[in-house]
Amino acid sequence: MTTSTGTAVTTQVYRVYIKATSQAIWDAITKPEWTERYGYGGLSQYDLRPGGAYRAFASEAMKKAGAEMGFPTPDVVVDGEVIEADPPRKLVQTWRMLMDPDAAAEGFTRLTYEIVEGKGGVTKLTVAHEVEGAPKDTGAGGGWSWVLSDLKSLLETGSPMDPGNPLKEG
Amino acid sequence: MTVRSPIFGFVTDDDRVFKALADPTRRFLLDQLFARDGRTLTDLESELEMSRFGVMKHLRILEDAGLVVTRRSGREKLHFLNPVPIRLIHDRWIDKYTERQVSALADLKHELEGETA
Repeated sequence: MTTSTGTAVTTQVYRVYIKATSQAIWDAITKPEWTERYGYGGLSQYDLRPGGAYRAFASEAMKKAGAEMGFPTPDVVVDGEVIEADPPRKLVQTWRMLMDPDAAAEGFTRLTYEIVEGKGGVTKLTVAHEVEGAPKDTGAGGGWSWVLSDLKSLLETGSPMDPGNPLKEG
Repeated sequence: MTVRSPIFGFVTDDDRVFKALADPTRRFLLDQLFARDGRTLTDLESELEMSRFGVMKHLRILEDAGLVVTRRSGREKLHFLNPVPIRLIHDRWIDKYTERQVSALADLKHELEGETA
């Protein structure tokens, strides 16, 4: 979207209800053995304290797909810093997509995960992405709907939506 | 696609999503939020020839369906479009492999009808 009003901050909000505990959702977001199993499938590394580093690494499949499309994929595809970590309820961090120079030039955006357990074992996960001036359809904030749908599928059924996804290993 | 768990369909209330979408005013409100997200009731109300109460009722139905999420910002209550329930419906019937054909046909339609995809 190119036209906008004066304000530079645009927040995107994504919410999904998952039949899982808040701890399971927290682990799926912060632990590498989980992050490689859904969404884009890269390993995430968190140092879960204020100022701690966040890195998401490219999977082999991601690099292969990039090479096929004719661009090199960096080892670290997303980086950032932890601002607040309150397991298993709230995670605030900065987030910068490094897939290509254009995306990297958008700079750091702010990402907040909120996890609230409700009735009947259903937990509410809200992801708010403050994309200050970052265009919606390039680096930041493009694929959250798909990622959260896949996360829900993984936690509720034990497998992601599409294990055959070429961007995922295994 | 095999539905592996009987839980599927119990957590997400598809009926509410379809019901919420089956109304032109509510789709108009979602279009407004798609064009510019994070808006107040007063802001949204100004786009419609309808009472404040009427707009509130529609927003309530959209919120119950999970299509609109509200967040507080200072004294203001802001409304955001949440596309995840629509994505869940999409993913139920369109997998990674058919998605390509489906979007190719959608692009062709937009192209021939002179719209931007």
